[in-house]
Amino acid sequence: MKPAQFDYLRAETLSEVHKALAADPEARVIAGGQTLVPMLSMRLARPPLLIDIMRIAALKKIEDKGKFLRVGAAVRQAELLALEGLAEKQPLLAAALPWVGHAQTRNRGTVCGSVAHADPSAEIPLTLVALEGSVEVSGLRGTRRVPAAEFFTGLMTTARKNEEMIEAVWFPVRKPNTGYAFFEYGRRHGDFAIVAAAAVAEGDKVRLTIGGVADRPVARDFRERGKAALDKALNEFAWSLEARDDQHGTAVYRRELVRQIGAKVMEEARSCLN
Amino acid sequence: MPQLNRNNRHKVRFELNGRLAEGFAEPRTLLSDFLRHELGATGTHVGCEHGVCGACTVQIDGVPARSCLTLAVQADGASIRTVEGLAPEPGRLSILQEAFRRHHALQCGFCTAGILMSLDAFLRERKDVSESELREFLGGHICRCTGYGPIVAAALDAAKKMQEQDNV
Repeated sequence: MKPAQFDYLRAETLSEVHKALAADPEARVIAGGQTLVPMLSMRLARPPLLIDIMRIAALKKIEDKGKFLRVGAAVRQAELLALEGLAEKQPLLAAALPWVGHAQTRNRGTVCGSVAHADPSAEIPLTLVALEGSVEVSGLRGTRRVPAAEFFTGLMTTARKNEEMIEAVWFPVRKPNTGYAFFEYGRRHGDFAIVAAAAVAEGDKVRLTIGGVADRPVARDFRERGKAALDKALNEFAWSLEARDDQHGTAVYRRELVRQIGAKVMEEARSCLN
Repeated sequence: MPQLNRNNRHKVRFELNGRLAEGFAEPRTLLSDFLRHELGATGTHVGCEHGVCGACTVQIDGVPARSCLTLAVQADGASIRTVEGLAPEPGRLSILQEAFRRHHALQCGFCTAGILMSLDAFLRERKDVSESELREFLGGHICRCTGYGPIVAAALDAAKKMQEQDNV
């Protein structure tokens, strides 16, 4: 398995990237390459031009923006995970990131690259939707911020236009009196999750976000109290995700995982409130 | 920088096991193939070629990474370490390699180079590693012969020996 031929541009500035993307709608940005390179090797992707953004200094920053953590497009997953005080700043990120691939792929793979790829079972898009974060995209026409729930539009499809690149993602930092929890189930640690779940508990509301079932991460707010009411609401949510059978598990199995893991993370997030 | 044309081979230069190495690569050449075919460093093995098996793991700028998931042109200017760089001198094995030999932590040996490169970096930081942490870390590698038991035993033994050495 070898990639088809492509030209390669090692960009040194953002405007170089914007110009190259505007000139060729088929061109693709490469950052850590941990999902793009296998797709190239399997020839699922055959871009005429790859634009390497990893040497652009402005993209290497993790910035504390008060209520947000802004993570630049050249920040590797391992770098964010190693950020001092991450569990204090955003406990959900600290809980979810160790589940992303393996240590060996987190050393190269970027946070924004996972968002760009938009695999429906991936942990980082799930976390971004759970926290109601946003994606900053830019191109020759300027910069815009898209809320996470609008950014993921379908299976590996996003609201990014061909002439745009992801410049950063914005994760809201921990809010006071809020509980966070994450869990996923897969066949092997590091494989894509069959079902992944994140819960954010705040006041009498718990926001549950599920990955791996629908074509994108899907969130729902639960205010139900009592086991019977909550079980019923969870079951309805599980059915609403329109699970399908595939080689990793049946739709029946996926719905059961949504109910089980969903209840588990919601309870855990609530318990963090006290 | 000028765009690298798909039809040409371009100069790629990096530090390989402490020495300058250079060769020519098309933009699409994977680092794994560049190491083996262009530089002749065949200690790095190629298994699945899509990042799942871990056989091709090398150290890029000090941290383990899949050489099949990196383009050779992306590695230009980096510092690369491969299994050929582990032994301190000819005829002498590193503590980790010696532990692998003692515990029979390899049979066919195909996965071994990758596992050694991962563990070498990991144990440098984490000599106090627990068995469960080690097993999670080794989840990034597939071995079809050993059943992993001897690999875990060898790694724990090496960690202990490295800790003792630090205390001397």
